[in-house]
Amino acid sequence: MENFAELVDLSFSRDGRLILDRISLQIPKGKVTAILGPSGTGKTTLLRLISGQLKPDSGDVMVDGLSVPGLSRNDLFALRKRLSLLFQSGALFTDMSVFENVAFSLREHTRLPEHMVRDLVLLRLQSVGLRGAAHHMPSELSGGMARRVALARSLALDPELIMYDEPFTGQDPISMAVLVKLIRTVNDQLSLTSVLVSHDVEEALSIADQVYVLSHGRIIGKGTPEQVRQTHSPELKQFLFGHVDGPVSFHYPSKPLEQEVLPL
Amino acid sequence: MMVKALINRVRFMGNGVLNISAGVGRAAWFFIHVLSWGSGFKAPFKRLLQQVYQLGVLSLPIVLVAGLFVGMVLALQGYHILVGYGSQEAVGQMVALSILREFGPVVTALLFAGRAGSALTAEIGLMKATEQLSAMEIMGVDPFKRIMAPRLWGGVITLPILTVMFSVLGIYGGAFVAVEVLGIYDGSYWANMQNSVEFNEDVIKGVVKSLVFAVVVTWLAIFHGWNATPTSQGISRATTATVVQASLAVLALDFILTAVMLGGF
Repeated sequence: MENFAELVDLSFSRDGRLILDRISLQIPKGKVTAILGPSGTGKTTLLRLISGQLKPDSGDVMVDGLSVPGLSRNDLFALRKRLSLLFQSGALFTDMSVFENVAFSLREHTRLPEHMVRDLVLLRLQSVGLRGAAHHMPSELSGGMARRVALARSLALDPELIMYDEPFTGQDPISMAVLVKLIRTVNDQLSLTSVLVSHDVEEALSIADQVYVLSHGRIIGKGTPEQVRQTHSPELKQFLFGHVDGPVSFHYPSKPLEQEVLPL
Repeated sequence: MMVKALINRVRFMGNGVLNISAGVGRAAWFFIHVLSWGSGFKAPFKRLLQQVYQLGVLSLPIVLVAGLFVGMVLALQGYHILVGYGSQEAVGQMVALSILREFGPVVTALLFAGRAGSALTAEIGLMKATEQLSAMEIMGVDPFKRIMAPRLWGGVITLPILTVMFSVLGIYGGAFVAVEVLGIYDGSYWANMQNSVEFNEDVIKGVVKSLVFAVVVTWLAIFHGWNATPTSQGISRATTATVVQASLAVLALDFILTAVMLGGF
């Protein structure tokens, strides 16, 4: 199986704290790869390393045969035209209407005539159910709607690799179901490669072809959704089934509570 | 204890110097990157025009009104000094020279830093805080070319034009006070001015000054926006830094440029 992107023995630290610890993972072409893990384990960081916005301390990031950390600024921007990232916050351009947001990359990177831009944008908006909101401003949308516009925007240019950063957060059950289905159909119909970062275990497992589970900067489990579900690893089980007690700590690293509140 | 405190002092100072040099280095790197708006920069003229409107046309009211009042006050003050020597007819010359050489470039640049510079910093800082710059990068659009370059060039084009407009209004404001209010013969107001003002010496040098100010003020404004800590306090600090640093830079540079243009001390 050919890999579209690959992390090789990659480490990354920020302000002296190790976020990713010698991680290796493969993202096969044409598949949906889910990366799961508790909050704060470096999932978003991982996406930013793939897109070249962050540089690793050591190790390598390969995207379509190119080593991302070594690319020049121009080559990096050329590569990024073929990638897409759905931000956790949506990151819509607040001074442009919904329509203009989705049209942005079409206008920047192509010379399509206006009527084609219009049709493409409306089709994208239709697929996320927001064609009717085309002329609203981002400030008039709810968080979940903004995220769906952002999704339409990231699909506008038919990217080869699309990375979703927590696409399900803040969605009501109906839009959640639509989005889950959309991510899968878009992947298959446009034969692109998807990376899905999430902590919504059930939704992610239902559409992924392969799964990596990250915790404290390490990969604690990988495989197909079935393999991951049937795991015996206590760490993995605790995360997947949401147990309160187990090897994964709920608390951010700190000194013991007694020491902090009862100084002697 | 004493030694340790001393060492800490030195370390603190060294750290400060390092931070400042790093900041200057970053700003210089930033400037060079923004200047290059070569390939991949679509519709530059339209974007530029947009910025000329944002930075220039929208600054017109404050600049024109300020120009008018500065000219009026100069004529009033000048008249009361000159009348003691019986040479109140020279008020036109005095108003024109001081506005073209100093007040025009400097006051316009200060107003520009406060009106347009702070707006630029806040705009770009907020784009950074809401990840819009990041989103643009991911979409393969270089924010240096799409956002920063048109703003820098817009500022560089706009400020000299605003300066000229300020000067024109100032000279007319002076004429109004001198001729209409104080009763100086309008022939001598304009003729004295015409005799003493040299186009190359006074007008061009004033415009050159304002060009230098334009580069510095706009550069500082977009740099502080881009460099802002992406929090509400960070943006407020960046905006303040823009106005304070740009104003001080304008005043200091004005002294240096004047010294150079007058050919030393």
